[in-house]
Amino acid sequence: MKLELKGVTKRFGTFTANDQIDLSVEPGEIHALLGENGAGKSTLMNIIYGLYHPNEGQILLDGREVSFDGPGDAVEAGIGMVHQHFMLVPVFTVTESVMLGYEPTKGAGLIDFATAGKRVTDISARFGFDVDPDAYIEHLPVGAQQRVEIIKALSRDAKILILDEPTAVLTPQETDELITIMGQLKAAGTSIVFITHKLREVRAIADRITVIRRGRVVGEATAASTETELASLMVGREVSLTTDKEDAAPGDDALQVQNLSVIDASGHVVLDDISLSVRRGEVLAVAGVDGNGQTELAQAILGTRAAASGRIALDGSDWSKLNVKERLNSGLGFVPEDRSTDGVIAGFSITENFVLDMYDQPPYANGMAMKPSVMRAAAVEQTDRFDVRLGTVDDPVSTLSGGNQQKVVLAREMSRDLKVLVASQPTRGLDVGSIEFVHRTIIEERDKGTPCMIVSTELDEVSNLADRIAVMYRGRIVGIVGADTPRDVLGLMMAGVPAEEAASQAAAHKTTLSEADEVAEEEEL
Amino acid sequence: MSAETQTTVEAAPREQAEARLRPIRWKFPITYAILALISLAVFALLAPAESQTQFRLATSTDFFTIPAITVPSAPTAWVLGLALAVLAALALLRAVQRRRLGVWHPIVFGALFVLAFLVWAGAGRGAVIPLVTVLTGALALSVPLIFGAMCGVVGERSGIINIAIEGQLLAGAFLAAVAASLFTSAYVGLIAAPFAGAAVGALLVWFSVKYHVNQIIVGVVLNVLVIGLTSFLYSTVLTQSPEIWNARQQLPALPIPILSQIPIIGPVMFNQTILVYLMYAIVILLQIFVFKSRWGLRMRSVGEHPKAADTVGINVNRTRTINTIFAGSIAGLGGAFFTVGQGLAFGQEMSAGQGFIALAAMILGRWNPVGALCAALLFGFSTSIGNVLSTIGTPVPSEMLLMIPYIITIFAVAGFVGRVRPPAAEGVPYIK
Repeated sequence: MKLELKGVTKRFGTFTANDQIDLSVEPGEIHALLGENGAGKSTLMNIIYGLYHPNEGQILLDGREVSFDGPGDAVEAGIGMVHQHFMLVPVFTVTESVMLGYEPTKGAGLIDFATAGKRVTDISARFGFDVDPDAYIEHLPVGAQQRVEIIKALSRDAKILILDEPTAVLTPQETDELITIMGQLKAAGTSIVFITHKLREVRAIADRITVIRRGRVVGEATAASTETELASLMVGREVSLTTDKEDAAPGDDALQVQNLSVIDASGHVVLDDISLSVRRGEVLAVAGVDGNGQTELAQAILGTRAAASGRIALDGSDWSKLNVKERLNSGLGFVPEDRSTDGVIAGFSITENFVLDMYDQPPYANGMAMKPSVMRAAAVEQTDRFDVRLGTVDDPVSTLSGGNQQKVVLAREMSRDLKVLVASQPTRGLDVGSIEFVHRTIIEERDKGTPCMIVSTELDEVSNLADRIAVMYRGRIVGIVGADTPRDVLGLMMAGVPAEEAASQAAAHKTTLSEADEVAEEEEL
Repeated sequence: MSAETQTTVEAAPREQAEARLRPIRWKFPITYAILALISLAVFALLAPAESQTQFRLATSTDFFTIPAITVPSAPTAWVLGLALAVLAALALLRAVQRRRLGVWHPIVFGALFVLAFLVWAGAGRGAVIPLVTVLTGALALSVPLIFGAMCGVVGERSGIINIAIEGQLLAGAFLAAVAASLFTSAYVGLIAAPFAGAAVGALLVWFSVKYHVNQIIVGVVLNVLVIGLTSFLYSTVLTQSPEIWNARQQLPALPIPILSQIPIIGPVMFNQTILVYLMYAIVILLQIFVFKSRWGLRMRSVGEHPKAADTVGINVNRTRTINTIFAGSIAGLGGAFFTVGQGLAFGQEMSAGQGFIALAAMILGRWNPVGALCAALLFGFSTSIGNVLSTIGTPVPSEMLLMIPYIITIFAVAGFVGRVRPPAAEGVPYIK
């Protein structure tokens, strides 16, 4: 089926999310929609899927204009969508999730579970998905959950499949499987719209590429374009994709985590006997697929999560007895993974957010009294240094964009003299320009001699920043390897394969993406 | 799938780590130990020596008559108390081993404890403990709770917190009484009652879905509204000419042939009004339809992950509206039990907090119809024991007996439920 958009415009209040977008997707084509976070890709896809109504413009399927009142209409017309945040009910089984909204019944409204289950097994078998129809969604790894979403779309005879940032949560090997699946679907005649901000992938996967910036189509490209070309098209200026840095000059072990175990509220082990150390003047990156204990590790270091056993020490002094505030006061800089819930208080002003963890310390306070003018002056100075785009520092922090909020958090944490920096997902949801800035700032902190621990699920970020990489899987450290470790090896380690075995497996079997990388490197040479 | 065929970090040591690191849960062994001690120290030690306790199991209509059972009080209490101590010790052992106990344990423990209590309370009184009366009373007291809990299950499974069950019961009781009185037919009252509950449900869901008002606040306000409105109408209209507006009408008992003559079960379960038979049907149908039907699947998806439901074309707010109004009609029907179900005239605030106990029963039953049924029966049973004991006379002050169901509520909700998992999107308005 052919999908065409003509002059689609969507406004939210005064903000124009999509401005006169034209797009056409041919039958059996993989069409990548490339753009930064906030460029308007997801809005556009939600329009196609019937979740939003466009203010202007037309959607045409096979040349016929259509108008959707809701996702039901879009599905009816043959459009399927796999959302970035999966639309699956955790307590449902695979069968229940797939049939929801389209349940086969056998009179009296009772569900025909046999037919529904068979539909899942059929599609699953046709594409070689290994999905148990009776498994509960919450027990499945993300890669399998994504396959359930694809089965869901296919079970409704989707002719056009929209994949919204499908690789964000996958390991390189899982991404590879996804690419194979996309190839099969394409061969079966399904058109695929593939939304991403990752440059490596589009070149390996897409037949055609449409680049979107600030709600407008700024260009089309083919898979033959280089990454640098795509990046400058996407961002609108020349960008450097890697941060220039000197080799680390690591000193002694500063932050030490020894045999740390953590149990969550329901009694499951989320950190199992973790030992690692971060040396002065180096960046240790903690890599892994989301939900493998990285969050809990960061929280245990901060002190918001109690350790069941083990110890955490900084420069030899034990932190076990210290509460969160004492840890922060002894020189811990902490960037939480979710800035909107843990990093800033939305209703507070930028100044107030800037002093959130030092409001009672000199120079911002004197005994019981706070010194608003000192705070304000410092906030002005630091937000300027960190290039926060703001009206005044008295505005609520919620008026800032995500990237600028993150810079406020970084400004707060790095304006103190740090003994150690722990940053979780420091660039999640940021645009390329802000990512560059954040990475540079972290490297500057490292070069001052501060031990830095970066938790990230983005392999790009890990390989860009790290001096050493610790890979986590199911609450354990699979291995700590050098920064020059190939992505395929890291990917296998992220699935729990020990380092040496991962290296030999990766050498025997290259993923599509790393092959594409090699080709690209040869071209550029 | 290559990822699955690779060797991964072994899973077995993880369970060992969990067994080693999980904190020992002292809550259950301590509770059991205290109850076992009470049973030994009070029921066994204080039971008058040489006295006997009599239990009557039969009614006159049975096929055959089971003779009354007489047991020596003190020795029986000792045996039961020691059995409880053994069970408590087993709970302690399991806790130290960090292993779970089967579901049989609290049930057996509870049954033995109640039996020990009855042996002691009935010792040497001369009066027999009429078990059938206790059970019949238990069911009767449970009826409004069960209807209320079913209302809660349907509403909350679709994502609307319903604190207004109390008001729905009361509104149902009021309209049932008035309609039955006006038409001099209890059945008319039975038909009218669901509309009153549905009206309260409609207000709840209207404010929750349309205006995104906090659902707990709306629920509390609706309770006050229904109490105020019914009390006002009662004191003005109903008391002016009670013979027209508030005359007593009673649903007749409809004994089911044969079934009603089975000893113990028959008179308790199958010699009831149509309202109670409706209740059996509602619980069974809900248990099937919530989990096995299209309606139930969609309702649960809306309560768990409304956005996911929306993306497959399910209208979230319409689903919530319909289900909450339907749930309200169930509670309204249950309210009819207070008036026409028991042949009583309407009285001010006659629901007396039952709606809140129904809410507790729903939580204790983990948002599951049959679970909620069992929890409601537990509350009804404990109230019934209190009632029967205060009539035959026991060493326990009657005020204490009245407290039993509420003490059980606190223990059940705080202690025995542990971590429950309500529908994930409960109480969260769905805004696109």
